[in-house]
Amino acid sequence: MAARTAGDLTRPVLTARAVARTFGSTVVLAGVDLTIAAGETVALLGGSGSGKSTLLRILAGLDGEATGEHVLHGTAAVVFQEHRLLPWKRVTDNVALGLTGAGVAARVDRALAEVGLADRGRAWPAELSGGQAQRVAVARALVREPDLLLLDEPFGALDALTRLRMQGLLRRLRAEHGFAALLVTHDVEEALLLADRVLLLDGGVIAEEVPVHLGPAPRPDDPALGALRRRLLDRLGVPTT
Amino acid sequence: MSTVVETPAPVVPAGPAPARSRAGAARRWRRVVSPVVLVLGWEAAARAGLLSPEKLPAPSAVLATGWRLARDGILAVHLVDSLTRAALGLLIGGGLALVLGAAAGLLRLGDDLVDPPVQMARMLPHLGLVPLLIIWVGIGESLKVTLVALGAFFPIYFNTYAGIRDIDERLVEAARTCGLGPAARLRHVVLPGALPALFLGLRLAIGAAWLSLVVGEQVNAQTGVGFLMMEAREFSQTDVVVLGLLIYALLGLLSDLALRYAERRTLTWRRGLRAT
Repeated sequence: MAARTAGDLTRPVLTARAVARTFGSTVVLAGVDLTIAAGETVALLGGSGSGKSTLLRILAGLDGEATGEHVLHGTAAVVFQEHRLLPWKRVTDNVALGLTGAGVAARVDRALAEVGLADRGRAWPAELSGGQAQRVAVARALVREPDLLLLDEPFGALDALTRLRMQGLLRRLRAEHGFAALLVTHDVEEALLLADRVLLLDGGVIAEEVPVHLGPAPRPDDPALGALRRRLLDRLGVPTT
Repeated sequence: MSTVVETPAPVVPAGPAPARSRAGAARRWRRVVSPVVLVLGWEAAARAGLLSPEKLPAPSAVLATGWRLARDGILAVHLVDSLTRAALGLLIGGGLALVLGAAAGLLRLGDDLVDPPVQMARMLPHLGLVPLLIIWVGIGESLKVTLVALGAFFPIYFNTYAGIRDIDERLVEAARTCGLGPAARLRHVVLPGALPALFLGLRLAIGAAWLSLVVGEQVNAQTGVGFLMMEAREFSQTDVVVLGLLIYALLGLLSDLALRYAERRTLTWRRGLRAT
């Protein structure tokens, strides 16, 4: 799980061209172009029903009926809004799902330790709290050493305090492993705190692209953050006074 | 047909445990009282001559007859024959149900081809098929085995189907993102997910199997517990008839207990909710 070298940063880990998806007569995605550089975190922001989760599912290869093309250079792993752990497998077996070869057990233990759950490997998913289960889901993605982490509102179902801790965890893991990430969220603040770049999905296309330069560990009371937040909320149609 | 609803049991905060278990033990004992009183009353009525032995012999007499037949080895012979029919029928009917239920549950084509005829056949009371089955397969062993297989088929088919259909599609998706192919998804997601329903189907099937056996063994059987009973009826050996009933009941009870034990051992993850 070594961090990638700086030279990798020039190569995109994901390129998508003219990705479109319709459900019946409803056009959800009308041609989305998207490039994610190696090690870059991109937040995908949009109102509910804007198609941001649909886009993520397409990029994860879970939607066979989408048109357009997307190429992944490397491997991807997904963390969903719900933890989606198999209730009949213990935590370690859930993390190890689909992995083969020698040293899997050690890798699983390491991934669980990284999310702070080294001692919960023998637990059943039903015995975990919501935050713990979501951390296991992060470990399950992490253990695959992905080049790109696809996150579909991963902290949306958690309480506010747990969500803040999870955001911190994600920032730390990204700094250590250097994976790229696509974060689907409806939380403007979360997008700004975690991403290098925020994309706004509206009307089935990327309507706006906002680079975020707040440094590696932005503080929630940074004035630059306030300005960006106001701009994005305006764009989303939420009045800010 | 019933399906398994998987509601995680809410974690109940532990109450005053000793007091609760004491009350539970007292209640369990209280529930034993009425059956014991009934059996004792039966025994007393038989001994007092209120029940004629031809109509209903005393429980002690039934047990004595059972002991005599067991000692002679007669009981074992008939029991083994009955068990063989039940096992064979269960294996054939259950196996077929598992294959067809999985085909209908997993594949759209299987669903379209298999499910309609099965749904139609379900409406036939399978014990009412005895006259037709006699014409088709005769009155020998195949009749008994066919009846058991028919009885076992439907509960297993419907629970296999429902168990597979009830699996959370989102878990299958998550398994796909973890790189699991169709075979691996079947093994790690579908099979364990459908297992609680399969167990339920098997329990219902075993109940139906015993019922079918009782009916089947009353048609020209030369061996088996049912034959023992029919023969005893001709010679007015009521004690043997009652013994046969007792054996059928015990078989049902024991098979259910064994299956529940297997279920508890296999589905520990569901108990995990209560373990901590």
